[in-house]
Formats: sequence, structure tokens, C-alpha cells
Amino acid sequence: MTSLPAQWLDRDRRRLILEQSAIGDTVYGFLTAACALVVPALVVAIAVSIFAAAWPAFSKLGFSIVTSSDWDVAAGHFGAAPALFGTLVSSAIALIIATPLAIGVAIFLSEFSPSWLRQPVSFLVDLLAAIPSVVYGLWGIFVLIPLLREYVMPFFRDTLHLGATPLFSGPAYGPSMLAAGIILAIMALPYISAVSREVLMAVPRSQREAALALGATRWEMIRDAVVPYARSGIIGGIMLGLGRALGETMAVTMVIGNRPEISASLLAPGYTMASLIANEFSEATNDLHLSALMAVGAVLFVITLIVNAVARWLVWSVSRNRAR
Amino acid sequence: MRALKFIALMILAAACAKDNSSNSTTSSSTSTSSGGVDLTGAGATFPYPIYSKWFSDYAAQSGVKINYQSIGSGGGIRQLSEQTVDFGASDSPMSDEEMGKAKGGPVLHIPTVLGADVVTYNLPGVTAPLKLTPEAIAGIFMGSIKKWNDNRIASLNTGVKLPGSDILVVHRSDGSGTTYIFTDYLSTAVPAWKTAVGKGKEVKWPVGIGAKGNEAVSGQVKQTPGAVGYVELAYAKQNNLPIAAVRNLAGQYVAASVPAVTAAAAGVAKSLPENTDYRLSIVNAPGAESYPISSFTWLLVYQHQKDATKGKKVVDFLNWALTEGEKTAPSLDYAPLPSEMAAKVKARVATIDFSGAK
Repeated sequence: MTSLPAQWLDRDRRRLILEQSAIGDTVYGFLTAACALVVPALVVAIAVSIFAAAWPAFSKLGFSIVTSSDWDVAAGHFGAAPALFGTLVSSAIALIIATPLAIGVAIFLSEFSPSWLRQPVSFLVDLLAAIPSVVYGLWGIFVLIPLLREYVMPFFRDTLHLGATPLFSGPAYGPSMLAAGIILAIMALPYISAVSREVLMAVPRSQREAALALGATRWEMIRDAVVPYARSGIIGGIMLGLGRALGETMAVTMVIGNRPEISASLLAPGYTMASLIANEFSEATNDLHLSALMAVGAVLFVITLIVNAVARWLVWSVSRNRAR
Repeated sequence: MRALKFIALMILAAACAKDNSSNSTTSSSTSTSSGGVDLTGAGATFPYPIYSKWFSDYAAQSGVKINYQSIGSGGGIRQLSEQTVDFGASDSPMSDEEMGKAKGGPVLHIPTVLGADVVTYNLPGVTAPLKLTPEAIAGIFMGSIKKWNDNRIASLNTGVKLPGSDILVVHRSDGSGTTYIFTDYLSTAVPAWKTAVGKGKEVKWPVGIGAKGNEAVSGQVKQTPGAVGYVELAYAKQNNLPIAAVRNLAGQYVAASVPAVTAAAAGVAKSLPENTDYRLSIVNAPGAESYPISSFTWLLVYQHQKDATKGKKVVDFLNWALTEGEKTAPSLDYAPLPSEMAAKVKARVATIDFSGAK
């Protein structure tokens, strides 16, 4: 074997490495692109199949699916307005309760908590997200609802004399829009607080020190320097929680009372779109019924899309304002 | 970066949680030829406990393995129609329209066991079983009887001190055979119910709150003083719920029990036409011992089986179920078919042939 000059070898080896890495880059690029495209393709495929299955109902019933309140399977009337109303209202109640609580938790953990407390409390709050929704439902039936029926509802209605107002009128059986809202609040809370906590902790130290250097108190520093900096992330967290609340099925079905009626009272039973589908899908044999349930699913899909779009827009406009 | 990872994890967790709830409906496509399984079936959830016992007993005796998915009667009928399963199961008979859509030709309804609905209630201080007429039950579930001490209930229960509290009606929110039996009964026995509400696996309830499944209905009733609801007999028995005695066609107050339900089928069997297709309702059956809110549950098979091997296995299993299977039904609180009826049903099973192959 004749030995080649050492620098030839070196040169060839370098070129080889260069070419190899070029191939690696291409393959890797293709792979990641494929991964990135499969997911949107799935979303499109789901949308297409839902709308295709829902089409017979839409073409036959038109907008009455979302405007009519008459859901009577035997008569062939499919008006899901009460379910649409219930989905929006229960999610709204959930956010009204969960948002201040979750942001409070996040601010405490990132700004005030002694370090030995931070880990265990964060862990326990995050753990709420890991509890299966059927367990929340059972807890709702056996703990929350009796509590609401025995103490909370009489308190609002009789002690505070709010029974005359539409919000708290009517008999209090327990399963109600209020119960659904509270359960959803507990379920959405860990999402909001975990995201908020992480973005608050990611606020640069210099931001805090600058505020303190200007003479701000601790409260002023949090209010004027830390929270505004993290605002877009917090809004993202809230929208994640809202997404969770809109789509939640099992726990809500177990506590909302499943009554397809629009009522102003928080104590009255209601219905949500996800519950409606979960309740009726497995026993639906009639084609129009099945298609109407698909149509309800399609409406829920569109609402979720709108929520996500609004969230994007909010985050974008908030971060743009900050940049100015 | 940490935040991003966290969000990704959370979304993943949410996706998993959603998957769980929809699993029962999406995982329904079956592979009929999966390894080790000889027959596949799908359908009703109500008879699932006894069917799963039958399938395991039968596998131990004959070596034939049967995979059954309790995805609901609607799913069972759909999958049978599409011929993705070897047999279906349903708590309510298929309509003529549904029969017409089945791709494999005529479908036979094979009654297997009987189920019943009971009216359960929560009345603190009332120990004697409540007595109810069909009119009283209809009145309660239509909202025309609003208080427990209403004369229409009190007059049936002399000597029982009924509270003056509001009645809270709890009904099923999910489509179910239980609701079908209950509304079928009220439609048959009470004309006012038929015009106002009607019958179906889900109906438009005039009053009350909906709960998903027997367990949620009974849970709600147990917790709320003054509540009333309906659940399956087997469920009520196993959980020792208070149940009302219902007045039958003969004027007797009968508490639901396995023999009383079989008696209802026997009462109907006497007047059965020779060539019945067994798509029949036995609610409000004649006979002094008959419990009136009873019904068959059916296995659905094609009369013309297209696969002779599988077809024979289906026939063998049906014959076994109608003989040996019936004996074990009472142990799980399902009522067996009256013996003379089981013999007639077997004659119907014998009409299955293997000419469906194209």
C-alpha cells in the first residue's frame, strides 16, 4: 500500500464531513417539514370530514341548528341554541372565576413565595391538570353539588335576597350552570396559572431592578413593570384555559343537568354542545339525528377556531403595543 | 424555552384527556379478522354484563372466542348494516327503515334476555315501598304532579306519610334503551303521555334534569331529598335502591323482580302469532304477576350468512345462549326468556342459512 501525502488525506476527510453534513441537513429538513405538515393536514382532514358529515343537516335545517331551541329527536327538530348558549356561558363563568385566581397564584409564586414553598405549590397546582375529567365529574356530583345545594345557593338566594333577580331565580336542585362553571374553573386554572407563572418568571431581572431603582414599591413594580411585560403570555394562558373549558365533555355532562333550555338563572340546569354530542352520539341511528350531532360538532369546531384566532390577535396586538 | 415546553406538555395532556372521552365512539371500527378472535359483535351496553359472561363461558366450553364491543345500540345497528361485525345487539327493535338499509339482507331479531326499568325515589322517612299507577308515574314525569303529597299519589298510599316537598325528576340524558323501555311503557299505558311526549331512546322531557347513565341517575336521586328517577332493574338490585311497586294491567301492584319480568314475557307469549319476527314490545303485559315496565333485548344477525364458517359459529352460539346461557341470567339480575318462548326462538335461529355468499 502506497502512502498518500498526509495533507491529501486531511483534505479529503474534511470534504467528506462537509458533504455528509449537507446530506444530513437535507434529510433532517425534509423530516421536520413532513412532521410540520402532517399536523395541519390532520386538522384540515378533520374539518373536511366533520363538515361533510354535517352537510345533510345544514342543508335541511339551515341556521335553525344554532337559532332554534327545540331539540326533539322523535319529531326531527334539531335546534341546539341552548347547547351553544350553555357552552359559551359555562366557559365564561369558568374564566371569570379562574383567571383572577390563577394570576394571583402565578404572581405569588413568581414574586412573593419563599423558595421552599414555590416548588410544592407549583407542583400541586399543576397536578390539577393531571386529574381525569371523570374524577372531576364524580367530585362534582358527590361534593360540589351537595355543597352548592345546601349552602351556596340558599346563601345567594335567601341570605343576600338575590332570588328575585333573574341570575339566581328558580328552584335550586344542584346540577346547574353554576356547578358546571365552577368545575370548569378548577379544570382551567392549572393551565392559566402554569403558563402565567412561567412567563412571569421569565421577565428579566433588569426589568424589576429598573422599576425598583425608580422608587417603585413592590406592588408598583409588579403592576407596572412585570405584569405588562408578561401580558401576552398571560393572555395566551387564558386562551389555553378557555380552549380547555369549551371542549370539556365528561365532567360538565355530569354536573350541568343536561336540560336543553336557555335560562338566565345560574341555578338552573343547562346543556353544552360537547355534552349533547357525548350523550346522544352512541345511540343515534336516524341519519338526520347523526348529521345534526355532527353539525353541532362543526359549530363547536368553528367556535374553537374563532377563540384561537382571537387569542392570536390579542397576543399580537399586545406585543405590538409594547414594542412601541 | 421552559415555558414553551410546558405549554406543549399541557396541550398534549389536554389532547389525551379529550381522546379519552371520545374513545368509545371513535374506536368502533373493528378488524373482523384479528388474531385469535372468531366472531365480533357490537351494540347495546345494557346487556353487556350478561353477554360478557356468556362469551367467556362459551369460550371456555367450545373454544370459540367472541369479541363484543358495548358501543351502544345505535352503533351496533350501524355496524351490522355496514357488515363490519358478525352480529349486532340492540335494546330497541330496528325500524323498517333501518332494516331496509342493512346491506346483508334480512335481519333476524333474536331476543336473549329481559330487562326492566324501576322507579326509584328519595323520600326520607318513608320506609314502605311506594305504590304507583301508570297515570301517577306519567303525571310525575310530565310535571303535572308537582308535590309528593299530591292526592294522585297519596290516595294510592294510604297510611304512608308523604312529605309536601317538590318532586325533582331525574331522567337519562344519554340516548339509551332504558329510556326507550320507560317511554314505551308510558306511551302504551297512558294516552296523554303518548301525545305529549311519545317514546324513544331520547325524548323531549317536559321537566327535570338529565343525568348520564344509571349510576348518575341513581347518584342524583340518592343525594336529593324529593328526587325520583328510573334505572334498570339489575342496577337497582345490585345497589339496593328503594323501588316503587307499579300497578299492572291486572290491577296488581308488583315490585320488579326477575320472576315478575319473566312472567311479563310469558303473559305476552301466550298471544304471540306463529310467524312473529320478535320485534315486539312486552310493556304493560297481561298476567297478575307481570311487572309492566319490561322489555326484551335482542341480538341482531343476518338471515343469509355470507360466510359459512362464521355463520355456523353464530348459530351454534345462539343455540347455546338460548339453552345454557339463559340459566345463568338470573345470577346477574337479568330475566331469562320463558322456556316455551326460548324453544320458539330456537326454531327461528334454525332458519338462518349460509346462502348470503355472492
